[in-house]
Amino acid sequence: MNLKMVLYTTARIMQTEALFMLLPLAVSFIYGEYDSAQSFIITILTVFILGFIISRVTHTKNRVIYAKEGFAIVALAWLMMSFFGALPFVISRDIPSYVDAFFETVSGFTTTGASILNDVEAVSKGMLFWRSFTHWIGGMGVLVFVMAVIPNISDRSIHIMRAEMPGPVIGKLLPRAKDTAKILYLIYIVLTAAEILFLLAGGMSLFDSLIHSFGTAGTGGFGIKADSVSSYSPYIQWVITIFMIIFGINFNLFYLILIHRAKTAFKSSEFWWYIGIALSATAVIAFNIRGIYHNFSDTVRNSAFQVASILTTTGFATANFDTWPELSKTVLLLLMFIGGCAGSTAGGLKVSRVVLLFRTVKREINHLLHPRSVSAVRFEGKPADIKTVMSVCVYFVFYMLCFFTILLLLGFEPFSFETNFSATASCFNNVGPGLDGVGPMVSYSGYSPFSKIILSAAMLLGRLEIYPLILAFVPSTWNKR
Amino acid sequence: MKIAVVGCGKIGTTLLSNLANEGHDIVCIDSDSAVIEEITNIYDVMGVCGNGADSDVLSEAEIKKADLLVSVTDSDELNMLICFIGKSMGAAHTIARIRNPEYNDRSLGFLRQKLQLTDSINPEFIAAREIYNILKFPSAVNIETFSARNFEMIEIKLKPDSQLDGMSILDMRRKYQAKYLVCAVQRGDTAFIPDGRFVLRGGDKIGLTASPAEIQKLLKMLGILQKKARSVLILGASTTAFYLSKLLLAGGNSVKIIEKDHDRCLAFSNRLPGAVVICGDGAEQELLIEEGIESTDAFVSLTGMDEENILISCFAAAQNVPTVITKVNRPELASMAQKLGLDIIISPKKSTGDIITGYARALENSLGSSVETLYKLMDGSVEALEFSVQEDFKYINIPIKEMNLKSNILIAGIIKGRIPIIPSGDDVINANDKVIVLASETRLQNLSDIIM
Repeated sequence: MNLKMVLYTTARIMQTEALFMLLPLAVSFIYGEYDSAQSFIITILTVFILGFIISRVTHTKNRVIYAKEGFAIVALAWLMMSFFGALPFVISRDIPSYVDAFFETVSGFTTTGASILNDVEAVSKGMLFWRSFTHWIGGMGVLVFVMAVIPNISDRSIHIMRAEMPGPVIGKLLPRAKDTAKILYLIYIVLTAAEILFLLAGGMSLFDSLIHSFGTAGTGGFGIKADSVSSYSPYIQWVITIFMIIFGINFNLFYLILIHRAKTAFKSSEFWWYIGIALSATAVIAFNIRGIYHNFSDTVRNSAFQVASILTTTGFATANFDTWPELSKTVLLLLMFIGGCAGSTAGGLKVSRVVLLFRTVKREINHLLHPRSVSAVRFEGKPADIKTVMSVCVYFVFYMLCFFTILLLLGFEPFSFETNFSATASCFNNVGPGLDGVGPMVSYSGYSPFSKIILSAAMLLGRLEIYPLILAFVPSTWNKR
Repeated sequence: MKIAVVGCGKIGTTLLSNLANEGHDIVCIDSDSAVIEEITNIYDVMGVCGNGADSDVLSEAEIKKADLLVSVTDSDELNMLICFIGKSMGAAHTIARIRNPEYNDRSLGFLRQKLQLTDSINPEFIAAREIYNILKFPSAVNIETFSARNFEMIEIKLKPDSQLDGMSILDMRRKYQAKYLVCAVQRGDTAFIPDGRFVLRGGDKIGLTASPAEIQKLLKMLGILQKKARSVLILGASTTAFYLSKLLLAGGNSVKIIEKDHDRCLAFSNRLPGAVVICGDGAEQELLIEEGIESTDAFVSLTGMDEENILISCFAAAQNVPTVITKVNRPELASMAQKLGLDIIISPKKSTGDIITGYARALENSLGSSVETLYKLMDGSVEALEFSVQEDFKYINIPIKEMNLKSNILIAGIIKGRIPIIPSGDDVINANDKVIVLASETRLQNLSDIIM
């Protein structure tokens, strides 16, 4: 274990976080909120100086990291970021309890969007900005950002990237990890900017457009109104719907389009599965809720928005879907588990994993009927590597194990099974809203501090795809070699 | 620069790690997914899994944007095909490994022209030539030649009882007057570019630059000049052994080869009528003694197994063979072999890696004073580069002492026409000269890089 390198990288991440906080600090000043500004200044100084000291103490020539260090760096960095990211909320007394603030920050960084705030509109603008900005940072991953900016953090930084980026197989777009990280962030920034412009064109204020673009880009879903996005115009709701879908697509496809290989990009079978799932779910729900809304356009818009929001694990809402018929609620709950495409900012199992799992099941059934048949699971036009198939299956088992453990731990709460089940699914898949007691118009404030910590852990597990966090708590990870 | 490396075996891996450290963008192609996975875990390169001769695989590796394609798969024919397809698809330069002796005769020029190869590389022949140079001059552990052989850089290992033990470089210059320069010293695992006050110790490996005649003179004064090897015993009938035997026989030496496999012995003796080919197990000490290991001038171990080479070389060294040369491919074993007292280690993949790295650096900087030859000395920690000076070099006609050179840089030689000069502070560099520069801890691309 190259402990020095792990701590060094974590310290650099903390410094980066401090720099990120300068933005909400500026917002606080613009709106004349000096209390919030003060709490940001205190946090920035603390975090930056602490990061500076640690990085000085742990500066080392031996920068070789292996898979183990990659996992440890990612786990530690995310814990630290959430730990310090919660400080401004507590210092400014916008969220007085530290556990609540921690939950809110984890929910932000993991792009979940589950909130404990009962009255969002009472919170200061600076804090709202920071809350949504954490979505944007967490969406693409802060380590990927650090890799893009800090020169030569390590030759083997692919281990960090692999641990932070979601999806079963992580390929590089360019030969160098650093350049890959740069191009990913570039695409991310351009798409976010595009959404801001589209929202501004729809008459939304700059502050609101920023908040909603951050929420959409990171597939997070923190809003600034009690009723989420329902009070905005249909145009704005459609813009957000389309951008939610865009941010749920594998970023590699945008890169392929960028280098004029759009044909290859549109051959991606994961992309078509993803679009297919979104369209069919919209159709089913639109049919199911046709009586609730008066006209056809409202029905389609609401069902499309909710489907996009849940499938991409964003968690905005334009309607209280908790009051919808059971079929619609069930479909939405299933979409939570599927999630977006691999290599996007979305959470969940990822479309590619789901497709691979179904194909594996199909092959297994085929094999039972024809015991001597030899066939491979095909994906993206190629036979999938047997190791990939195995790791997807194991991931699924692990995923279910974690899911039910969390569900069990929530059993101490006096809530309905539907509440607990949807809360677990929602947090673990980084969606945000659930059903019943944690529906889109209700907050998570009713849970006890213990359950909030459990749900925070669930969100981190979901965002980092389980392994990094679990490995960080296995003692042998920290053993000296 | 964008470089594609096809085939990630021993040479391919060395190559891509060298080139990635140089800052190039590397795409590696191999048909084994496990190899690709391993490599992308260790090096910051992109991997593509598939047959390098498949145009789909090459286009996935974006070959049309590649500045250089190096094909080093096991098969010569495949390498040629890959380079041909790569060139047709738009790769700017192609280098193929072609090692079969049948292609490396007169037909090579024809092949290179027809396949539009920028260059072909033959690691076995490079290794053989390196061994041959040492056998011609057995006092050295390594010899590199610059500029058509009229300037050499030799590495010698000082014995613990050497006359130079405890002598500073200034004293050494005063005592042994000849035109030479001590330009690098390796002690333990660290290498220095020494100044005049540096004190030498027994056990150091020192690097000298001079013309061949001056080196002879110096070594005679030091009393460590060994005569040229006349009879050479080679173990293992590998391709390297074939090239080496051919060079040695042409130079009038007597060559004896020991090989286990009868068919290979037969093929060898058919192709090299002048050599004595013995069929037997070289690991049997009885056989080695019977074949006169005690009286041979040099022993060269070239079997395919590093471990076998090291062990049998140790035995040969114990029999007081004056020069023992060992082929070791794996770098970690090479350093262990040195600890066992085997000074002369040859690694074909390292030599090949050096050549292609130098080539890439020259390509990258085709304007200005570019790199002509590049050698890595002292186990890779010091680089020796030969530049040819262009008209636009800014420091033409300025004495060296007035140049503000970076630290860890040494101008080790200037070749004016065909005359090598060991530079002092008053010498100047002119256009069309060749300059040999030593650098540690810096990566030079251009002659102007040596100035602060």
